[in-house]
Amino acid sequence: MTTDPSETSFRSNLFNAKLGRRHLTGSIFGVVALLGALVGVAVLIIMLVEVWRDGIRYFRLEFLDLFPSRKPDQAGFKSAFWGSLWVIGTTAMIAFPVGVSAAIYLEEYAPKNWITKILQTNISNLAGVPSIVYGLLGLQIFVRGTIGVGPSLEDLGLNDFGRSVLTGGLTLALLILPVVIVASQESLRAVPPSIREASYGVGATRWQTVRHHVLPEALPGVMTGTILALSRAIGETAPLITIGALTFVAFTPEHLLDDFTVMPIQIYNWAARPQHDFQDLAATGIMVLLIALLVMNAIAVSLRYRFGHGNGR
Amino acid sequence: MAIDSSSVINSSGATTRFRRRRSRRLSESIVAAVLMVCAAVTILTTVGIVAILLAEGLSFFGEVSPQDFFFGTRWTPLFPSAGFGVLPLICGTLLIALGASLISLPLGTLAAVYLSEYAQPKVRNILKPILEVLAGVPTIVYGYFALTWITPLLKSTIFPDIGVFNALSAMIVVGIMTVPMVSSISDDSIRAVPASLREAAYGLGSTKFEVVTRVTFPAALSGIVASYILAVSRAIGETMAVTLAAGASPRITANPLESVQTMTAYIVQVSLGDTPQGTTVFRTIFAVALTLFAITLIMNVISDRIVSRYKERYE
Repeated sequence: MTTDPSETSFRSNLFNAKLGRRHLTGSIFGVVALLGALVGVAVLIIMLVEVWRDGIRYFRLEFLDLFPSRKPDQAGFKSAFWGSLWVIGTTAMIAFPVGVSAAIYLEEYAPKNWITKILQTNISNLAGVPSIVYGLLGLQIFVRGTIGVGPSLEDLGLNDFGRSVLTGGLTLALLILPVVIVASQESLRAVPPSIREASYGVGATRWQTVRHHVLPEALPGVMTGTILALSRAIGETAPLITIGALTFVAFTPEHLLDDFTVMPIQIYNWAARPQHDFQDLAATGIMVLLIALLVMNAIAVSLRYRFGHGNGR
Repeated sequence: MAIDSSSVINSSGATTRFRRRRSRRLSESIVAAVLMVCAAVTILTTVGIVAILLAEGLSFFGEVSPQDFFFGTRWTPLFPSAGFGVLPLICGTLLIALGASLISLPLGTLAAVYLSEYAQPKVRNILKPILEVLAGVPTIVYGYFALTWITPLLKSTIFPDIGVFNALSAMIVVGIMTVPMVSSISDDSIRAVPASLREAAYGLGSTKFEVVTRVTFPAALSGIVASYILAVSRAIGETMAVTLAAGASPRITANPLESVQTMTAYIVQVSLGDTPQGTTVFRTIFAVALTLFAITLIMNVISDRIVSRYKERYE
């Protein structure tokens, strides 16, 4: 064992702290860990810069006012943009009430028994199911109207849903439901029990307590969670391709049973073509999609800051 | 000011109050039932997924034997001489998941250690959300990035022979997009290690590196492993980025410079094509999805188990 002669004067030969070297290792490791963390940030920046550089050429107002076209110069994002708004709107109308109600049930009503435990475990497992599997669920249930056995409603001519906005919205709603429920549960849980007790104390029923006291308090957190879940839905491509959303649409939806396409599908369609011009169009589409995401996240964050007093996360 | 109700008792007042209480009790139970139905939607979703995959999958296995499916090495369902061996798809999926985890696990772990042990709170509050943005970027964007930037970069620098579609670029972007799963969950579990353990180690004269590698990291290991499993499971289920970047050539290969096809990419390919519903070829997507669902479900359940065991230890 090598020893530093300056240290032997006050330390035994058997114990060598090697403090300098150990601290150096610690600092080097800290730098390596920082670099590891920064790789992700660097990729994010490069990705955004590249999308910007490729996409800026077509980034102008007409882009949102033109339908897709065989000629890159006349191609636009109109049908995809409005299609996305329709589908996400539908998703929100379904996922928000159902998700919040389910969260209220689980937090405020459900008895602590094995059924509730199964519900809870099931929700966390659903969050891990690949999104494309939800697409197959939507295809069978909403498009074909079957659960696999017996003739489908589509075969019997009884199903009008088809590959419509409603089908897309329902499928995405099922996809984000676990996220909405978990986020809503968290903000319901953050409401202090004293509020509930005070409400019960003056004779309110359970629903009155939830309706007038717990829910208003939890609402900013619930909304934030829902908007973040919707911002996941707006970027989803695979489940909508699976239910058979069209890739070339030259109209905007006018009601819930219209055909549609969405921004990510249009982006995929352009990016998968070999011509360079179409790939640049895909980048422009990505810019619009990212701006939409940014707006949604900004709303979510501002809700959290305006109303949230330590509510949610 | 509220009037004391007992002072206004008369017969009709008492009846209305009684009626109101009864309708109130009724509406209470209606509300409770509605809420319960909403919660049950999640159960119905699971039942629906399982029923559909099993029903269509089983009728597929009535036409193609499970042995040919699970052990066959030729996946050409769309060709006249159809081969229904799923191994090439599984191989492509695992190749990309493996490559992605070679990126996401080390980078995510380093980031988690930095966030939990080294970073000042101010830095942490900025860095952690930025890393989480990586998971929020739509996967189609990663696909575009892999196809139009990473592959050309690899071609012009290290691998001149790389194809337009290749597994390597898909591995890289899937790895990057799963970094935040590892970093955030691992950071949470490292920070959940009781401060007393950390303080005791410092009290014995340990340096930061020693505290991290010998005390907090091992103590948080179950949470960290759970995050690894989740990241790999997410990589297996990832769809659009691998569809765009890795292409559509099902083959058994370990060469990341070649194009491969994953299970998810195959489902997309059939969905975009004009295969008529109700045919054996169309049912392949349910058999493939059933396989995919089973793999990810098993991984998620294992990860859940590990997390819950870990929770018990410190509560």
